Amino acid sequence: MSALLEVSGVSVTFDGFRAINNLSFEIGPAELRAIIGPNGAGKTTFMDIVTGKTKPDEGRILWGELGRSLLKMNEAQIAREGIGRKFQKPTVFEDQSVQENLLMALKKDRGPFRVLFWKPAGEDLDRVADLAEEIGLAEELTRKSGELSHGQKQWLEIGMLLAQEPRLLLVDEPAAGMTPAEREHTTEILVEAARTRAVVVVEHDMEFIRRLDCRVTVLHEGSVLAEGSLDHVTADQQVIDVYLGR
Amino acid sequence: MNRTFLARNPSVLIFLAVLALFTIAVTVMSEGFGMGIISTSFVKTLGKTLTLALIAVAMDLVWGYAGILSLGHFAFFGLGGYMIGMWLMYERTRQIVVDSLASSPIPPTDQEVVDAIGTQIFGVVGSSEFPPVWAFADSLTIQLILVVAVPGLLALIFGWLAFRSRVTGVYLSILTQAMTLALSLYLFQNDSGLRGNNGLSGLQNIPHLDHVPQSVLSVWFFWASALALALGYVFAAWIVSGKFGSVIRGIRDNEARVRFLGYSVEGYKLFLFTVTAMIAGIAGALYYPQAGIVNPAEIAPIASIYLAVWVAIGGRGRLYGAVIGAVFVSLVSTYFTGGQAPDINLGFYTISWVDWWTILLGLSFVGVTLFAPKGIGGLFDLWTGRRTPDRHGADLGPDMGSLREKEAEE
Repeated sequence: MSALLEVSGVSVTFDGFRAINNLSFEIGPAELRAIIGPNGAGKTTFMDIVTGKTKPDEGRILWGELGRSLLKMNEAQIAREGIGRKFQKPTVFEDQSVQENLLMALKKDRGPFRVLFWKPAGEDLDRVADLAEEIGLAEELTRKSGELSHGQKQWLEIGMLLAQEPRLLLVDEPAAGMTPAEREHTTEILVEAARTRAVVVVEHDMEFIRRLDCRVTVLHEGSVLAEGSLDHVTADQQVIDVYLGR
Repeated sequence: MNRTFLARNPSVLIFLAVLALFTIAVTVMSEGFGMGIISTSFVKTLGKTLTLALIAVAMDLVWGYAGILSLGHFAFFGLGGYMIGMWLMYERTRQIVVDSLASSPIPPTDQEVVDAIGTQIFGVVGSSEFPPVWAFADSLTIQLILVVAVPGLLALIFGWLAFRSRVTGVYLSILTQAMTLALSLYLFQNDSGLRGNNGLSGLQNIPHLDHVPQSVLSVWFFWASALALALGYVFAAWIVSGKFGSVIRGIRDNEARVRFLGYSVEGYKLFLFTVTAMIAGIAGALYYPQAGIVNPAEIAPIASIYLAVWVAIGGRGRLYGAVIGAVFVSLVSTYFTGGQAPDINLGFYTISWVDWWTILLGLSFVGVTLFAPKGIGGLFDLWTGRRTPDRHGADLGPDMGSLREKEAEE
């Protein structure tokens, strides 16, 4: 199986601090992967690099069957290639309704002229309604998203991510601020999504990761410390020393 | 979501009705068409005010909706005026020259006519040659195209350079100020080809319409201004009503997030900046024939700052707010600076409004910003029952131009 995303030998330095150090990472087209690591291990920087927010000093990032480099692309182009991202702090357009947020995320032409003349067809509205159902916001479609609770904003952002229909989902701490029942539901959605696409989850909550039941990559000081099943990495002495033992 | 455009935007219909009523009322009261209650010069003032409302709508699109605080849109307004002014001046001078040469024993050659026009127009800056920029001044059609093309092209080039480098916030505002200052300084030069600080004058005399008195012409221009404002308003309302509006409001509140959704933020900003520059150009092309003169002082940096003040006082992020702000402030400004306001004698000091008006304007701008961010447009919320959300003071996004709590709708 060829990889969907292949990151190799990537390093990035901020003011002399090496945030990512010769990092290599690979994920297949339909795979669920969890990334764990202590604070400052470079988890968020890793996502910034893949999504084009931060340009690495060295290394390469190849994408898709054709192995195209992501380094030459900007954030919007990378997003259009099919990489979607959910932020740690829920980031939605607070002045706009849930429906507007979802319509904006829907996978459609992104050019200004096409968008200007675009009108949602019946099927688009149905799709938005379905998504809202799935994320438990069916009753809130016309509400401004700024009025939603923290957990609902998390859901809305997950909904927007699904609406984009990306081939790779990068999800930063999806379960933060959720109730146990909501965590359960999030797990289901992520596992379901990973049947057809690649999903990378950054999470601190071990219990949540155990439920995802997937390969785990442990980051430490900007590079991969261990990789394998959760049981495998938690048994690793190095991992225990730097992360679990504290 | 599938209801018609007007049903979703009832304020557009109300606005158009008010504008139509206003136009009819002014026409009926004008000297040219009715009772003569309103003087011709005041009809011109009202017509000019409507074009200022049009550029305010453009400013609201760029600033109120997309969060780009451009302090240079008056450059585009002035350029629109210059473009139409060139034809007005050329054609009018040609008429005069042809008439005066008609009695000469030998009919003048075309070259002689052109030379005579050149001497007439450029004598004031010590030249008689037509500079290259006047190449199309004899064609009304081309100059009308240039009214939108020149501001549009300048905005496109400037915007491409600025947005591509991701200049935002205060830095972008300063850059736009620099642009309008540079343009104004350039035009001040005698060899810029546009008559230096004299500018273009006599624009109120429309060629081939000598038989039409100014009292009638002023109403015609008033109508044209009202029509342009109506069309511009509907166009702006249409732009912001759909997904495009969603995207630009997203850019205003959190442009990084819009990027991660796959939208080219730069492309959208550039599109909006250019389109609004074109609207500003049209507004300017209607304003200056009513004002009679366009000169480089018109595009001094302060003009564009006034524009932002109008939109802020009227209420940013709602189109009728921009119109109200522009109309209200510019009319009050005319009243105070026109010497009509009685001076206030405090005994030890006399407040002369001609001098103190700008200070009053500055104070009200600060006041609105601090205490009533919704501006005059916010008064309508009392009537429609629109309320602001309680967000404990948090803005609606992390970006500098993002909507503030008090500007938002619950």
